[in-house]
Amino acid sequence: MTATTDPGVTVTELPPPTRITLRVADPTGQPLPTRIGAIEGCALCLGPDEWLLEGDAAADLVAGLPGPYSAVEVSDREITYLLEGPAVLDLLATGCPRDLASMPVGAGARTVYDTAQVVLVREANDRFRLTVWRSFAPHVRALFDIAMREIAAGL
Amino acid sequence: MLLIHCPYCEQDLPELEFAYAGEAHIARPADPSKLTDEEWRDFLFIRTNPKGVHFERWRHVNGCARFFNAVRETVGDKFLATYRADEPRPDISSLTGDAK
Repeated sequence: MTATTDPGVTVTELPPPTRITLRVADPTGQPLPTRIGAIEGCALCLGPDEWLLEGDAAADLVAGLPGPYSAVEVSDREITYLLEGPAVLDLLATGCPRDLASMPVGAGARTVYDTAQVVLVREANDRFRLTVWRSFAPHVRALFDIAMREIAAGL
Repeated sequence: MLLIHCPYCEQDLPELEFAYAGEAHIARPADPSKLTDEEWRDFLFIRTNPKGVHFERWRHVNGCARFFNAVRETVGDKFLATYRADEPRPDISSLTGDAK
């Protein structure tokens, strides 16, 4: 174990994008991914009838759906952190029980980080976006800070 | 960590993402007002609580959020099968045969 001051990962809070939670009972023939975890455009499939839409294209996507659907704007409900660096898997492994090393780049999932429900999107091999309800965000952020100190200390 | 196969996500995922939701295949009485107090009590509270193979509901609450059914062997805590909520109860003998 070598002591170092660089944790090998950074945590940055991102400005909130437009976020819409979309429920559609029958997505057949609609421009939505149907495999859970898949991302198509701005839509992340969270469940068989549930999608999280992020970004400027979200409202246009909803407007183009033939319906019926339920769409609720939840931009301020959550806070998104960008986790980046070679030690990002070590950082997430401190609280997330999922095998994230096997998660393909460009996929996402709703999972849990130390009992707080989070949505993870893998943007690159060493870059994740973590979205967490804002009341849980200070808790998650504090755990990240502790974990980064531990990783930097070589624990 | 126990891995549970979610029939909707089609992946083996950690137990921490799931919540137990009681015994499965409990049919609600068609006409509850015709039941005696004892029958209503049995419907609400009396469960089989077996030592061995148990049919139970689980919810992938920190994931796809779906309810599904599972067959679990309660002594060894081994999941024999999981299946979607709208699928019929699987045959026990075929499952326990696989497990041994």
